[in-house]
Amino acid sequence: MSDTPLLHLQGITKTFGSVQALTDVDFEVMDGEVMALVGDNGAGKSTLVKCIAGTHSADSGRIVFEGKEVHIHGPKDAARLGIEVVYQDLALCDNLDVVQNMYLGREISRAQILSEAPMEQHTSETLKSLAVTTIKSVRQTVATLSGGQRQSVAVARAVMWNSKLVVLDEPTAALGVAQTEQVLELVRRLGEQGLGVILISHNLHDVFETADRITVLRLGRNVGVFERRKTTQQAVVEAITAGKPTKVAGISASPAGVDA
Amino acid sequence: MTSADVVGPDRAPPLEEERISDGIQGVWERAWLNVRTGNLGPVPIIVGEIAVVIIFGFTATNFFTSVNFVNLITETAGTAMLAYGVVFVLLLGEIDLSIGYLAGIGALVVAELQLPGSSWQMNGILAMLVAVAVCAVIGGVQGSIVAFVGVPSFVVTLGGFLIWQGVILNELQQRGTIIIQDRWINYTDAYIFSPGAGWPIAAIFTALYPASVLYKKIVARGTQIGQQSWISAGLKTIGIGIAAFGSVAIANNGKIIDTPEGLPLAGLIIVFFFVLLTFLAKWTTFGRHVYAVGGNAEAARRSGISVKRIKVIVFMISGATAGIGGIIFAAQVNSVALTFPPGNLLLNAIASAVIGGVSLFGGRGEVRGALLGAVLIGTLQNGLNTLSISNGWIYIVTGLVLLGAVTLDTVAVRLQARSGR
Repeated sequence: MSDTPLLHLQGITKTFGSVQALTDVDFEVMDGEVMALVGDNGAGKSTLVKCIAGTHSADSGRIVFEGKEVHIHGPKDAARLGIEVVYQDLALCDNLDVVQNMYLGREISRAQILSEAPMEQHTSETLKSLAVTTIKSVRQTVATLSGGQRQSVAVARAVMWNSKLVVLDEPTAALGVAQTEQVLELVRRLGEQGLGVILISHNLHDVFETADRITVLRLGRNVGVFERRKTTQQAVVEAITAGKPTKVAGISASPAGVDA
Repeated sequence: MTSADVVGPDRAPPLEEERISDGIQGVWERAWLNVRTGNLGPVPIIVGEIAVVIIFGFTATNFFTSVNFVNLITETAGTAMLAYGVVFVLLLGEIDLSIGYLAGIGALVVAELQLPGSSWQMNGILAMLVAVAVCAVIGGVQGSIVAFVGVPSFVVTLGGFLIWQGVILNELQQRGTIIIQDRWINYTDAYIFSPGAGWPIAAIFTALYPASVLYKKIVARGTQIGQQSWISAGLKTIGIGIAAFGSVAIANNGKIIDTPEGLPLAGLIIVFFFVLLTFLAKWTTFGRHVYAVGGNAEAARRSGISVKRIKVIVFMISGATAGIGGIIFAAQVNSVALTFPPGNLLLNAIASAVIGGVSLFGGRGEVRGALLGAVLIGTLQNGLNTLSISNGWIYIVTGLVLLGAVTLDTVAVRLQARSGR
């Protein structure tokens, strides 16, 4: 793990009309790190992710990716940098099969004519490399897959494009116990493969199962960054519900704790 | 915790499909599995078509004649062309109600442009290209209003329905009828290939399907795409061959007074566009994106597909196919009159696609459905006509077939959902 964060947001502020969604928020993810982003409803998690994904652009603040300041104006800019977002509502087409979904919008083609064979082979390889073994056929339509399998396809699609940073928005929200385990295992594996992962979740159990560090937002402000090994769920819950907004100068230098 | 523990509880049972062996036995097992799980494909409609042909063959004295067969092809051609466009529009989950009168605009433009003695008279082939281009542009404008402004397609094309009806009324109210004399335009419906030319055409079209299977088997070795069994591909090829060579044989074997019959050009046109549009839908990025937008427009947008561009192009296709269909209809009567479009063209075209299994909600259906649906409706209406049954009953029967086909399809989809396929 190098010292330069993979993604470093500095002083991000975003308002919608009179609503101050984000105020001077700092955030960072390292290579190979699973960084959880937690907070109550309205804490600004989604807005922050949308700034990273390019759906919204921040009113002020800097986005530094791999040590260079970048401007992300749309999903395509984000994809070009190697940032992939897996949204809560999955964004898969039920009527298409697994291969077609994996390559949606980025089909391999020659003169507009689809090259199915390499797409199918690469899809199988990607799923295998992520140890997604529950999907029987990559030519099944997504409509026939379980929730966990769909989530796996969505995550695998995000990983396939040489991405460096994968953002997962509530990946386990609609899943049963076994399927949740399956997806969390996949999230850990992404980190082990050296990708930066941002995990947004309401479920602290999931967060403590997978994350290396935890960033807490409250009412659109930083509350703190916790190291998973050095903190407890109790402390994080406290930060989420009653943490005092802080402005930490250089968060990587002071990783732990709520300002008391 | 090992990964095997994690994935264990969710491990899917092997699909029944995978246990099926190859060979003749496998073909039967697969067919039976498809029936049980509601994966019927085009089988019911083909069975229905054969049943209709047999019934009329026994009841109507002049149904089973070459002359009537050629009539049937030329009558069906225009509806099938419109239905092709409907497939693409329905795949997006949209609707195009303007195509009936857009076909009229296509016919009107071509009739005006070929008008002998006018200062703008042009070659018939050029006139047809211009007419189809005009219809494509109109479709593009309607599609742009749908895509960029966000007005529902039902409303935009209902507006188009009225507007283009009005334009045709204005143009033809005074003049009544414009006669089409250009032979190229009239050929689209009336040209008959010599008996000798019919056979190679049948052979070429029969060869296309096995060629595509072979191509997939060579290019996609080792993937599931290339794993269609030789026997099922062979059986389908034989089926297509029987249809193609049978059509030519029936068409060749008749005489109107002293004109030898043969394969009509109109038949070749619909098969040509069937192949072209199937290729567009199934083999190209554009086609894949059409299915994606129809399945989940938001997912398509997030994947970087320009949903608006796809919508505009699809409405252009719909306009263009309507224009081509309109020209064929005009050629059928060598004129454009106030009575255009003939019969229930719009509804017949939509019914053809829907009978052929194209979902009204987007993302499901194939071009072949439009062809099969149009042929079934065409045969029904033609057969009832030869039996001298009143128009009222023809509408009622068409309506019942539409209802029956969609009911069967709905039940089949439910079976598919239950069997998890």
